[in-house]
Amino acid sequence: MADIQYTWPSKEKASVLGHSVLRLDGLEKSVGAAKYTYDINLKNQLIAQALGSPYGHCKIKSIDIAPAMKVKGVVHVELLRKAGDELQWNGELIAMVAAESEGAAGEGVAALKVDYEVLPSFTHDENLEEAKKRKLTTKAGGKVELQNEPGDDDDEEEFEAAEIERLFKESVHVVEGYYGVDAIAHCCLEPHGSTVEWDGDKLKAYHSTQNVSGTDEGFATALNITSDDVEVECNFIGGGFGSKFAADYWSVAAARVSKETGRPVKFMLSRDQELKIAGNRPSGYINVRLGADKNGVVQIWDSHHWGTAGTKGRGVSQSVIPYVFRPKNFRRLATGVKTNTVGSRAWRAPNHPQACAMTQTAYDDLAAKMGVSSYDIFLRNLENISSRQTADVYRRELEIAAKLMDWKAKWHPHGKGEAQGSIVEGMGIALHEWGGVANNSSATIRIHPDGGVESFCGTQELGTGTRTACAMVVAETFGLAPTDIKVHIGNSKLPVSGASGGSTTIGAISESHRRASLNALAKLFESVAGKLSAKAEQLEAVGGVIRVQGDPAKSIGWREACGSLGLKPLEASASHKRGDKSSLSSEGVGGVQMAHVAVDRETGVVRMKKYVAVQDMGLVVNPVTAESQIYGAVIMGISYALYEHRLTDPATGAFINSEMADYKLPRIGDIGEIVVELFEPEDQRQRGVIGLGEPPVISPGAAISNAVANALGVRVPVLPLIPERVLDALKAGKA
Amino acid sequence: MEGVSQSSFTLPSDSNGVIRMRDPANESGNSTGGGSSGTRSSENSSSGFSRRAFLRGSSAAAAAAAMVARPETASAQKANQGAEVVSGFKTITLSVNVQKHQVNVEPRTTLLEVLRYQLDLTGAKPVSQDGSSGASTVLIDGRPVMASTTLAIACEGKQIQTVESFGGAQPDSAPVAFVQHDAQQCGFCTPGFVVAARAFLDKHPHATEEEIRQGLNGNICRCGTYANVIQAVLSATKGG
Ligand code: FES
Repeated sequence: MADIQYTWPSKEKASVLGHSVLRLDGLEKSVGAAKYTYDINLKNQLIAQALGSPYGHCKIKSIDIAPAMKVKGVVHVELLRKAGDELQWNGELIAMVAAESEGAAGEGVAALKVDYEVLPSFTHDENLEEAKKRKLTTKAGGKVELQNEPGDDDDEEEFEAAEIERLFKESVHVVEGYYGVDAIAHCCLEPHGSTVEWDGDKLKAYHSTQNVSGTDEGFATALNITSDDVEVECNFIGGGFGSKFAADYWSVAAARVSKETGRPVKFMLSRDQELKIAGNRPSGYINVRLGADKNGVVQIWDSHHWGTAGTKGRGVSQSVIPYVFRPKNFRRLATGVKTNTVGSRAWRAPNHPQACAMTQTAYDDLAAKMGVSSYDIFLRNLENISSRQTADVYRRELEIAAKLMDWKAKWHPHGKGEAQGSIVEGMGIALHEWGGVANNSSATIRIHPDGGVESFCGTQELGTGTRTACAMVVAETFGLAPTDIKVHIGNSKLPVSGASGGSTTIGAISESHRRASLNALAKLFESVAGKLSAKAEQLEAVGGVIRVQGDPAKSIGWREACGSLGLKPLEASASHKRGDKSSLSSEGVGGVQMAHVAVDRETGVVRMKKYVAVQDMGLVVNPVTAESQIYGAVIMGISYALYEHRLTDPATGAFINSEMADYKLPRIGDIGEIVVELFEPEDQRQRGVIGLGEPPVISPGAAISNAVANALGVRVPVLPLIPERVLDALKAGKA
Repeated sequence: MEGVSQSSFTLPSDSNGVIRMRDPANESGNSTGGGSSGTRSSENSSSGFSRRAFLRGSSAAAAAAAMVARPETASAQKANQGAEVVSGFKTITLSVNVQKHQVNVEPRTTLLEVLRYQLDLTGAKPVSQDGSSGASTVLIDGRPVMASTTLAIACEGKQIQTVESFGGAQPDSAPVAFVQHDAQQCGFCTPGFVVAARAFLDKHPHATEEEIRQGLNGNICRCGTYANVIQAVLSATKGG
């Protein structure tokens, strides 16, 4: 067999890639036929619900399950914690009640009698002084980088301090600021959970997961069986955003209950449990001082930030501060704040949205101070960046974004816009970077003698259009239509594919499916070459036929070609290893976004007028779903910029806005106009497929905060920019 | 917000109190407004069920106790007079997607539970118990209601239509428009959105983009499909 070239066709030649293909599972989803984990109903199943700790910090004095067992319809009570246990956050599950119906399970949970000793709690992560007083801070690292080095006799720290002060003295413009972003919850619309069933010692878990190939082990380890006895299935998932990688202790408990009762068990977290314990993004608050030269190019950055990722402290990594922009001289320090909140989980682009919102706001304040356009300051500072994308690409994207926003015509200096009654408008910019490397992935392609094609891969459809993308890659390779391909994903017994996290899926499945189908095609060519009196390496698959290159008259239909396989289907597989060099995929993207807002100075309400997102992602597989992901990321960004945050009660440490009615998310009327531009010039397309899920969700916090600052002439320091904070900032600005 | 009407009460997850209900199909819509939401309450209905009290548990004595124990507003107390207490399981007939089904319900059983667990119609989703997400939207006598805040027993004699009825060989134009404009990502909110959109379009066949932005505020999407939903619904209007 000739050497197979694992490459993509050119833009001109590609018949499927780069063309918008509607989701193959779209109608199934929109008429309610798609079965999510929550929708799996097994015969004779029990419904389980759980009781969570009502306090931020407490000790269980006693648990009495007898009243719950007496409730009609309750079959089993499983204790997850015992008397004497200390619970460190609100919502931590204590006991699970399995019953014949939701109503009975709920009544059973309400009947559980638990006595608590309430212990002191701390949840106000923004209050660094209080955290220090209570000894709840931890060192979270830092870094100092200076162009000048200390002499042999210098004390390093003294030198650094003196050098930093010297750099500030030399600076023409100095900005001091405070910025931040509160913790938010993932709030997946389908809560975490499973429907589980045993067949002897084999467990089948319908599990809402972003990690179909990787959760079997979690169940196996916890249940003391081996992974080969676990099958995890997830054909559709109602949101994950980084929070659904594990088996999770509640699903393991459901498996125990199932074993104990000999019946299938469905356990899904309640809405408030979903918000309280199933995923949140760390908060971040920062004090910044920066110094710039006369052109506004930052020469020295000095910052200290803090925040919480739960009981262990941590918070936002110091490694991404200052974000994208990286002056030659900087000092950054980080402090973790331990709070009585559940540990954070990865949230779309971990660390980056907070880092962006904590640093590019300061760059915007520099523009404000100088009275020049943020566009110019952002452009000039591209000479010092730390990014996996080039300054050149950012420049081109800035230019496109500015055109789409009509930036130059609409811009006014901060706080100098014309007011319409109490309404003032403003614009802001931010930019971001991300990796998006292709994850590990294996796939098998099967070609049937009657022409049918199937693909098999243990990846998952998160809403990003993965099922459709798998079909597109195979169809492109075989010269078929995506609807011709039967795609099998979402089961742990399929060839192993990586978790969907970090924007690694599109690259992963593109690699494995392209390679496997090229391997399959080479075999098919060999089998059909004789019929076309040509050599296998002379053949190509185009437009539903297999033909001789350069001699299109010599061709044979796909189905007929597959007939040459005889009675046995042809199978070929391939694997991609994360990090392996390949011309099919790579990593490193940028992206520029601009926001235009209107702020009511009387009510403090911020309304989105227009938002522009320009995004590169290497080769675009499916433009329509790529655009959807960017729209979605922007809307999620509007959400954390203007609406959502975790609120806790200082007295009890309880998460008090954990119901849907109280946890504010934007609705359809709140998003304004959104313009998305896929940036795919040939030099970017050449880089191959790169992941897209995270990058566009990074910039909105900073871009919207900057737009509000531009409108008001004062900074509202902490996201979300709720009316109360806007009014407070206006008051403080006047004082 | 006109696209989706909300029924009047919340089912408290931890309450041992009384649940009052009214006829969801005779409701006029309540606005949630942009970005805001919440539970709504009002007290009036011509429905035979509207002034009956139900209890969460299954004993009539507990019901009486709960009715006394719970602080009530004057109007609520008035509403409770003459309340008929129903408890235990009861077989009722529901008409769902033009088919009659015998289902077994308790007073507390929601329409959503019946659809999902007894009829395996899982298109309507459980996202929030208080109906503030719109994910469980179904049509009752042609009007959009949250199945999560509607008691099954109140739906006897009414025509219930779920998102599944929009499928089949000739799918409804609303879900088709959602597919064509890629107005779904994870898709968990989508069935609710599709039903709300259908009801909205029936009422406003010539809706403008601005009206769509105002009229579909009862549904939440976490993946952020709103921009596509606007285009989908716009394309399904008479002018679209
Ligand atoms: S598509 Fe995921 S919640 Fe709307």
